[in-house]
Amino acid sequence: MTDARGAVADVVAAERLRIVAALIRVTGDFDLAEDCVQDAVERALERWPADGVPDNPGAWLTTTARRRAVDTLRRRQTERTKLQEAQALAELARDLTGDDPGPYGDDRLKLLFTCCHPALPMAGRVALTLKSVAGLSTRQIARAFLVSEATMGQRLLRTKNKIEHAGIGFRVPEPHRLAERTAAVLAVVYLIFTEGYAATEGEPFRDDLAAEAVQLAGLVVQLLPGDDEALGLHALLLLQHARRAARTDAGELVSLEDQDRGRWDRDRVDAGLAALAAARSTGRPPGYYRLQAEIAALHATAPDADATDWARIVIAYDALLALRPSPVIALNRAVAVAFRDGPAAGLALVDELGDELADYPPLPAVRADLLRRAGRRSEAAAAYRAAIAVARTDAERRLLERRLRDVTTQS
Amino acid sequence: MKYLMFVTTDKDHTEADAAAAPDIEEWVAYVTGAGKHVIGDRLRPSADATTVRVRGGELLVTDGPFAEVSEWIAGFDVLECADLDEAIEIASKHPMAYTGRLELRPFWPLDG
Repeated sequence: MTDARGAVADVVAAERLRIVAALIRVTGDFDLAEDCVQDAVERALERWPADGVPDNPGAWLTTTARRRAVDTLRRRQTERTKLQEAQALAELARDLTGDDPGPYGDDRLKLLFTCCHPALPMAGRVALTLKSVAGLSTRQIARAFLVSEATMGQRLLRTKNKIEHAGIGFRVPEPHRLAERTAAVLAVVYLIFTEGYAATEGEPFRDDLAAEAVQLAGLVVQLLPGDDEALGLHALLLLQHARRAARTDAGELVSLEDQDRGRWDRDRVDAGLAALAAARSTGRPPGYYRLQAEIAALHATAPDADATDWARIVIAYDALLALRPSPVIALNRAVAVAFRDGPAAGLALVDELGDELADYPPLPAVRADLLRRAGRRSEAAAAYRAAIAVARTDAERRLLERRLRDVTTQS
Repeated sequence: MKYLMFVTTDKDHTEADAAAAPDIEEWVAYVTGAGKHVIGDRLRPSADATTVRVRGGELLVTDGPFAEVSEWIAGFDVLECADLDEAIEIASKHPMAYTGRLELRPFWPLDG
């Protein structure tokens, strides 16, 4: 009984995406594809405990989902004949996912490029990728993005409608567009991760997003082998996610330099370092994600904050800034400079950024920390008060309040 | 799929963008040769436009519109493409992609 349930879970993990992607390619209908696979899974849960697990569970699930799709389309055909449905029926008569079409023929890759098409609104790309590629329910995605299920359902519907109405094709982009379209896919995965990474205790659904993003990055690596930026992103997410357990202590946020590094997930760190090594071995100049992974790797391999190679981190930030000038990256670089050369050097850089980042909530918090480390306690206290006023989460606010107490009560 | 491509002006571009823009003749030859072009032309400015309405059963014909706009439709093309990516590719080779803006609007057939 439990074996059969376990077998269903295994085959869903291994085959769901492949079957959904093939059905979307053939029918052009996201809902139909997902419903048919869901139906096949339910049937497996009914039948396998009694009949035993079939010899080839993946083939069983594919066939069952395909038959379901045929039935649904036939029923629709009697209502209204559509050319596309007739073609889909003919296609469904063949083996759906059997032959190996090579990387660019993989339906999963086509689905990923379709869900992350730049003509779709970003929020829609994120939602549809989580729904169709990662296999999350509308309810799960709604909870993760703190909106109602109805709102998320509408967002998914509008996104699928745009794909149909605007004629977004289910395919891999032309070779000369592949790099920029891959960057668009990676941007969606990265956004999902940062959305989850920002989550704090008491928000388990948001927290799950980070794990989903790590999985998705691994999938992109698998589907686009040898893509250095996909490897770089996978490395970055593994290395950041490795710190997950150490980022909080009894519900309170712990900053990187104070984290108990013994609680970092060594397996994830090792996997991240391996992905980074693979990205480097492509011989291509380091890109946006690989440079960030290099920084994360320098943190991951340092025994503590003081022993961190801040000089190399500053060099990596310089390269990042040259690639994509951004005041946010400049702020992170200023922190690294402060660790390398002392807080005064960092403060000078932060003050230069003041105008550009006037509305960026982490700016006063960064300033406050640097002032505290420089021993300028009354200025630090003022900066902490400013940071508390714009803190984005309760946990962040509590961390800042603890720091404020430190600088106002210490003798 | 048929797309109506609005060709609009856009001040937000550099001289280098303008210098990099291909010739319109090249583009026309390319889309016609590829069999993707249905129809297209330049349009006279809004000074030459006429607005028509029927309100309360009465025909109203006016000059204009003369809204103060910094961007206006300078032309249009109808493209017949396999999918949006193909239309984007064609739009990306139009000179006004460099010095203006192209808006791809899918046709919405009455029987579709």
